[in-house]
Amino acid sequence: MSTKQDQCHRLEQGGRIDRSQPLTFTWNGKQYQGYKGDTLASAMLANGIKIVGRSFKYSRPRGIFGHGAEEANALMQLGVGKETIPNPRATQIELFDGLTATATNGWPSADFDLMEWVGKIGGKMMPPGFYYKTFMWPEKMWMTYEKFIRKAAGYGKASLEADPDIYDKLNRHCDVMVVGAGPAGLAAALEAGRAGKRVIIADEQDEFGGSLLASKQTINGQAAAAWAESAAAELAAMDNVLCLSRTTVFGYYDHNFLGALERRTDHEGMTAKSGSRQRIHRIRAHEVVLAAGALERPLVFANNDLPGVMLSGSVATYINRYGVVPGNRCVVMTTNDSGYQTALDITAAGRTVVAIVDTRQQPEGRLIEAARAAGIVIKAGHAVIEAQGSKQVTDALVAPIDAAGEQITGKPVSLSCDLIAVAGGWSPVVHLSCHTGSRPQWNDTIAAFVPGPSVQRQHLAGAVNGEYTTVGALQAGAQMGALAAGSEATTSYDCGDESVGLAQALYLVPHTKPVSRAPKQFVDFQNDVTAAGIELANREGFESIEHVKRYTAMGFGTDQGKTGNINGMAITAKNLGKTIAETGTTIFRPAYTPVTFGAMGGRDIGELLDPARHTAMHPWHVENGALFENVGQWKRPWYYPKAGETMQQALNRECMAVRNSVGILDASTLGKIDIQGRDAREFLNRVYTNAWSKLAPGKCRYGLMLKEDGMVFDDGVTACLDDNHFLMTTTSGGAAAVLSWLEMWHQTEWPELEVYFTSVTDQWATCSFSGPNARKVLAKLCDDVDLSAEAFKFMDWRAGTVAGVKARIFRISFTGELAYEVNVPANQGLYMWQQIVAAGAEFGITPYGTETMHVLRAEKGYIIVGQDTDGSLTPQDCGMHWIVGKNKDFSFLGKRSFTRPDTSREDRKHLVGLKPKDPTVVLPEGAQIVPDPKQPIPMDMLGHVTSSYWSECLGHGIALATVKSGHHKMGDTVYCPLADGRVLAAEICSPVFYDPKGERHND
Amino acid sequence: MLHIYCPYCEEMREEEEFSYAGEAHIARPLDPESLTDAQWGDYVFFRTNPRGLHHEMWNHAAGCRRYFNVTRDTQTYVIHETYKMGEQPSVTGEKP
Amino acid sequence: MVDPMKKYSGFSLFKHALKHHEDWQKTWRSPRPKQSYDVIIVGGGGHGLATAYYLAKEHGITNVAVLEKGYLGGGNTARNTTIVRSNYLWDESSRLYDHALDLWYGLSQDLNYNVMFSSRGVMNLGHNLQDMRDIERRVNANRLNGIDAAVLTTKEVKDIVPIINDSQDIRYPILGASWQKTGGVARHDAVAWGYARGADQLGVDLIQQCEVTDIVVEQGAVTGVQTSQGFIGAKKVACVTAGNSGVMASMAGIRLPLESHPLQALVSEPIKPIIDTVVMSNAVHAYVSQSDKGDLVIGAGIDAYNGYGQRGSLHVVEHTLSAICELFPMFSRVRMNRAWGGIVDTCPDACPIISKTQVDGLYFNCGWGTGGFKATPGSGHVFAHTVAHDDPHPLAKPFTIDRFNTGHLIDEHGAAGVAH
Repeated sequence: MSTKQDQCHRLEQGGRIDRSQPLTFTWNGKQYQGYKGDTLASAMLANGIKIVGRSFKYSRPRGIFGHGAEEANALMQLGVGKETIPNPRATQIELFDGLTATATNGWPSADFDLMEWVGKIGGKMMPPGFYYKTFMWPEKMWMTYEKFIRKAAGYGKASLEADPDIYDKLNRHCDVMVVGAGPAGLAAALEAGRAGKRVIIADEQDEFGGSLLASKQTINGQAAAAWAESAAAELAAMDNVLCLSRTTVFGYYDHNFLGALERRTDHEGMTAKSGSRQRIHRIRAHEVVLAAGALERPLVFANNDLPGVMLSGSVATYINRYGVVPGNRCVVMTTNDSGYQTALDITAAGRTVVAIVDTRQQPEGRLIEAARAAGIVIKAGHAVIEAQGSKQVTDALVAPIDAAGEQITGKPVSLSCDLIAVAGGWSPVVHLSCHTGSRPQWNDTIAAFVPGPSVQRQHLAGAVNGEYTTVGALQAGAQMGALAAGSEATTSYDCGDESVGLAQALYLVPHTKPVSRAPKQFVDFQNDVTAAGIELANREGFESIEHVKRYTAMGFGTDQGKTGNINGMAITAKNLGKTIAETGTTIFRPAYTPVTFGAMGGRDIGELLDPARHTAMHPWHVENGALFENVGQWKRPWYYPKAGETMQQALNRECMAVRNSVGILDASTLGKIDIQGRDAREFLNRVYTNAWSKLAPGKCRYGLMLKEDGMVFDDGVTACLDDNHFLMTTTSGGAAAVLSWLEMWHQTEWPELEVYFTSVTDQWATCSFSGPNARKVLAKLCDDVDLSAEAFKFMDWRAGTVAGVKARIFRISFTGELAYEVNVPANQGLYMWQQIVAAGAEFGITPYGTETMHVLRAEKGYIIVGQDTDGSLTPQDCGMHWIVGKNKDFSFLGKRSFTRPDTSREDRKHLVGLKPKDPTVVLPEGAQIVPDPKQPIPMDMLGHVTSSYWSECLGHGIALATVKSGHHKMGDTVYCPLADGRVLAAEICSPVFYDPKGERHND
Repeated sequence: MLHIYCPYCEEMREEEEFSYAGEAHIARPLDPESLTDAQWGDYVFFRTNPRGLHHEMWNHAAGCRRYFNVTRDTQTYVIHETYKMGEQPSVTGEKP
Repeated sequence: MVDPMKKYSGFSLFKHALKHHEDWQKTWRSPRPKQSYDVIIVGGGGHGLATAYYLAKEHGITNVAVLEKGYLGGGNTARNTTIVRSNYLWDESSRLYDHALDLWYGLSQDLNYNVMFSSRGVMNLGHNLQDMRDIERRVNANRLNGIDAAVLTTKEVKDIVPIINDSQDIRYPILGASWQKTGGVARHDAVAWGYARGADQLGVDLIQQCEVTDIVVEQGAVTGVQTSQGFIGAKKVACVTAGNSGVMASMAGIRLPLESHPLQALVSEPIKPIIDTVVMSNAVHAYVSQSDKGDLVIGAGIDAYNGYGQRGSLHVVEHTLSAICELFPMFSRVRMNRAWGGIVDTCPDACPIISKTQVDGLYFNCGWGTGGFKATPGSGHVFAHTVAHDDPHPLAKPFTIDRFNTGHLIDEHGAAGVAH
């Protein structure tokens, strides 16, 4: 296949493409060729592809309009299957061999789209906001209408498979962050780099240089592109400078934090061959130099969306950088001198400039002279008022206009052409500076918004600040780079004569018909927002620019109004008789250009979404067939089913083992906080409801912690290790919160107390074994502690040696049985577990998980904070009056709240036991409790079932529940009406179902 | 994302190392029992919540675990000062 | 009464199309403020406009002004993720939100403005056993309160949202969900504009660019407000200023139990329809739906610090997108188009304040936290009653400021988590 003939718009020479590396790509099923260095857009243009998609609302044919981030039309469906990416712009896709792209809209194809007729015929009925005015009858039909609206909307399709790529992030710190590597950015980075500062410079393109890459100017006598190359090389050679190309700073956050997306492999193929596809650099900079440049503004005239209408600067860029002339006969329409340069570039490329249509009455100056010298026809005081053609530009309708640009003053004539290059002036890229809350300010001199004052350490250089000459950008860059570095600029620049004449501010080109009747004059291409639409919005009272934006959808596209917004604001201002400064601008938000979700997620997906915490004994649990439950970040054994067992059978077996012999639980996940200091005891008095003054070393006590609102927040057993030394345990999920809680009170309110807190959760492993044979098991392993019931009582702890390991042995019980918790350093946890299991073998020691633990404790009426409580229960509500110290000196946390009117009510919800009337029934957890199941809905509800289990040892179901006035309703029957229609009756009872006198754990 | 100076570590650190702990300088009443319900409710729940200068507590949770005070503008997010627990702010927005 | 020439319909659209849409009237007047009003509503967001609408429509109080410092519907109304549901935990809040849900149905017809309420169903995922207990509890309570609610198994979740990651081998597998089929989404801007147009047609003055700088109180009673357009007298002043409520309250010398936080949200680029329902997960702090335009609309967790900046910190958004990619691995290659923040005023019990104050004639409706949008019609409806009668609507009674003194909190944190 001959590439030259196919690439009918490719110049014989020139551009920064590598003609020795032809690349094949597929567009809408057909193969084409381009070159290394092309973007997909330049390759498409080279191949004469005109229609690249269909518009959102009216299905109008659209072509490539820009050459970078501003492109609003050329949204691609890139790649296929699991690799596919919806909506990247052809102008920002670097061509690679084998690239496949299709149009995102158009049926059956973008070239021939039947929806176009819907748009043409129905379009009149679809002004902005039409959907607010109709589709209301009948009410039920809305979702049917909506279905069709949804189908028609949207651009590309998301993949239906998981992403094959990975993404990562790097945290960066620098003295000076330079955003953009055009003339201003390069000059800034050079100064800061030479001053020895740590510099990061990022640019969205593959090559540093920005506008210089397509410029024919010279810098200090050197060709602009060559200067850019040498500047980039100098920066790359500096150890203190990090150069990030293909990296878009997408967000500027508080305190000079920037997010930048680096596309590491997208230029090579759809997926990364190794490593990450994209990377987010999270940059904290001391100083930021914004050198993000400016975007060219289109002109708003009738049918200005026809393929073949392009930004003038983009046309020049395609010619000079890519060796592509997008048309053969070109009309340049301009409001300023920049269109002349494009016309000269087109002429130099050997193509015809039919005319330069300049809206200014008497343009004069260097470039005008040059155009005249080149023999180009200049139609001053004229405007292209309409582009003509069905699927691409065939003619430009040109008419003389008045000096204000508001009236047509003569008869329009038609100029035959296939390209209309439009130059409407420039809009600084104010986006990033907006992200941190700074409002752009209108500058009348350049007729554009520039970044406003910022509270950040932010410096502006070049076109972003309205300085459009190359030399001005370079000098401002050097100045700001030096300022940011705290040094003096070392280089001055000379770019020859860059003089330009005054530009005209023209935001809406008049037509022979009024705006409402003229062919569509597009402001925002992507969302099909027209001048008439904005006029209608204003007419209907949408006057705030934010209202206009929201009513018309202007600026809501994936280009976020980069080209359309200023014209739209200006048109609104004019309609309202205000200035643009008064009308103001909408506020740009991150991201400057779209950012891949996966990159934002980075490596924190899959198993790294949240760390999983494993105890020291985890491998044993896995080996022994445990199923796991997520408790906070912990993976806790849930139960250990044996082959063929149902869950209930496994639980019954585990429970009965504990009740009849001995079972073992990994309790390592309980939070453990080591508390030391002279005032540790006093501190405990303040944070717990009960008294700690008299707890002797060797003793343990259960404690309940409240928030200041009096509601239960955490619980656990605290042991007195020594007079000024305690070990507090907390719930597994609450450990971190409790530690912070203690530290907060100590540091903020009671710094005079001498007390120290250390989390030791991970340092200790805990084997908890329970059952009538627990002592016998321990006796086999420990001979330096008197284990007799008299010497080592319930709620005592002892230091001892267990299986040769120094251990703390706590005689505490969450099962109601005789139980010991052996704490050893975590490294010995697995060993200890194995030793206890081995020692218990003769008693049939049975490992059990959280579910059996829940059953056993519920049989005893022990609460689980977070399951039986929900932040709305006091200790009294839980029936734990006994734990509330009445005579403590200090008004412990939460105490005062008890006496509030609502908190002291007698008819609050109380935690009680429930015994199902049918002993075979297990009430579902979460079932609501009602006094009368026959009452109509909405029912009067008393509370809900918090915990419910089959109790194998009792032979019936048991439950814990909250019930209004429950403590006063013992013996009453209540009902649980279930979703499946069953109504389960239960009797309110004490929550202590098993061994109410506590004889077994005291044994 | 905020960049916060920990007055104990004496270093600037990323927000992700810290946890926010609410309005500063709310002293726990010395004798809660003597307060009316309204006074107690005010202490527990009611906050100044200003738009502008705010004295607030942060905890260097992934660092030294110390609580400290920050004077921050809740509109611009500018941090004017950080100071240790027990100290008073020097930036108060009140005219001298 | 509504001028028949102003009525919106397909027919009127057609008629206007013939006239090139040149004859459309203003959606609302922009009158100059009168010297005084019976009621001034401060805040022209969805709640304030709904309050004005129902004051006029249901209570015949039409000498009303809505004062808005910026543009109508420009605060949280314009910044939320548009989710509508009523399956809250406690009786008090679920009944209030369900009252709102009832009003959502038929709202477009009532206002003659298509607010695009779309009952595409709302799913709250459970990722651990306690999540599922909480879901069972909440669904049972909803059911017995007459609120549409069901518990879904993992398989049923997958049937409704085929693209969801139902693998049980992931860090936080989906164990099930609660499901409110009658919930959904609505077009947020249209809600504000529809209520504005409705209120305007009933005679309410909507005054934009009018910032209240002081609330004037004499002898314990409100007499009016100072504004950027001068003093405006009022017998009653009703503040519906969401994130700025604390600032408003301080003008009247009142303290509120509120903290204003940034809450961030984001949208993807528009893509073809891929998800029909609203999927929320408290455990991993993410929720997602797809707008009619094709954007994936994603809500993030709340930023911890107080902030009025309408922006938050990047890491919160990063965390949310990690979770989204976990729930929907195919979204990994989709791209974030825009992220923004609102200011949410949160109460300690995650429930609103709809209340009289100690100042006669001064009312507050605030503290909706992350749950405000869905409540808009109900909030306006009960608040209008409260203001009109100087006595709370029965559904608003539990939501007084006084509950923070009595301890009668309605703690929606308990089982509903943080995300609304």
